[in-house]
Amino acid sequence: MRTDRDYSDIPGTYVFDPEHSRQGYHLNMFCMSLNEAKNRDEFRESETHYLDKFPVTPEQRKAVLERNWIDMLRLGGNFYYTFKIAIFDGLTMQEVGAAMSGVSKETFQKMMLDGGRQIDGNRYTSEWKK
Amino acid sequence: MAKLFAGIGTSHVPPIGGAVDHDATQTDYWKPLFDGYEPVKAWMEKEKPDVAIIVYNDHASAFSLKLIPTFAIGVADQFAPADEGFGPRKVPVVQGHSKLAWHIAESLIFDEFDMTIANELPVDHGLTVPLSITCGKPEEWPCKVIPLCVNVIQYPSPTGNRCFNLGKAIRKAVESFDEDIKVAIFGTGGMSHQLQGERAGLVNPAFDKAFLDDLTNDVDRLINISHVEYLREAGSEGAELVMWMIMRGALDDNAKEIYRHYHVPASNTGAGIIVLENEDK
Repeated sequence: MRTDRDYSDIPGTYVFDPEHSRQGYHLNMFCMSLNEAKNRDEFRESETHYLDKFPVTPEQRKAVLERNWIDMLRLGGNFYYTFKIAIFDGLTMQEVGAAMSGVSKETFQKMMLDGGRQIDGNRYTSEWKK
Repeated sequence: MAKLFAGIGTSHVPPIGGAVDHDATQTDYWKPLFDGYEPVKAWMEKEKPDVAIIVYNDHASAFSLKLIPTFAIGVADQFAPADEGFGPRKVPVVQGHSKLAWHIAESLIFDEFDMTIANELPVDHGLTVPLSITCGKPEEWPCKVIPLCVNVIQYPSPTGNRCFNLGKAIRKAVESFDEDIKVAIFGTGGMSHQLQGERAGLVNPAFDKAFLDDLTNDVDRLINISHVEYLREAGSEGAELVMWMIMRGALDDNAKEIYRHYHVPASNTGAGIIVLENEDK
């Protein structure tokens, strides 16, 4: 993540800015391809062979195969695109939210039912370091 | 002449559409939200707009990173529901109003808003969920729809000020259209939510409530909310709220609030809805 932007001090947030977009173009376009049923079938048949069609970096490829949602974002993925992999896997937004924030699905769901993650204490990276 | 008489601001969270599609609106989880939508459905039935201009964002469905229009207008006669990865939603095909849409496109471009014009535009949950919220589950949607798609995925999205002024230009365009029809405008998306990263699940009800208040109390404050303020206070996806500013710009300065409802959570989102009307509607 770049550190010279006015949003760089927001914790746990990957802004899909020009630098991320440049880095993640092929990763995101791979995700986009899963909108088509025939591509989903092909990906299901062999994830590695299907990924060969896209010039993603070895790190991006690893993140996809391991379903490392945070690494995908860090490596230029946009969540609306990477979430297409989650749809493919049959996961809900809350399951992926739980995975990204390092808690169980139940804990995440309870947090949402209780009104979501509070804004207080979550505005600045400095608040997370304490 | 055509008249732009009212605006609706509403969230467009995908599982809200899922709840309608799977007849789950009366479950313990969804009932409090859908009860809050009933008065808006009644309002739609009473007011019967002929056309709804729906300002929404595409979520990697019709557009991708291949081409990122900041503002696009759909000018076709029909818009099919998009396949977002689990097959298209089984909702009616959206009927466009090609003549009015082209009229708006032309007027906007002469007013120096350089619109992208879309003849083919599969519409995703960003557009169809607001229709489900306000119209329920009909055989056909009760009004024609002009999709107005805004980029809020690739940073930077357009500013609140630009969106507000686009709304004003849309008002002018609609009201120079030579047919006696009633037009409503929807601003969709938001309210506060963050889907991604370690901060996923962020919701800020205080921000959302102030936003709803200031749609009538202090529009200038809303126009000037910066990108970083949206990101920090309303979450990475909260910046969708700029689309509500297009709706607001299309209404009178003294437009009146008719109804609002707010509920947390709808999936990972603070779900708000508001109905605003011009005085001389």
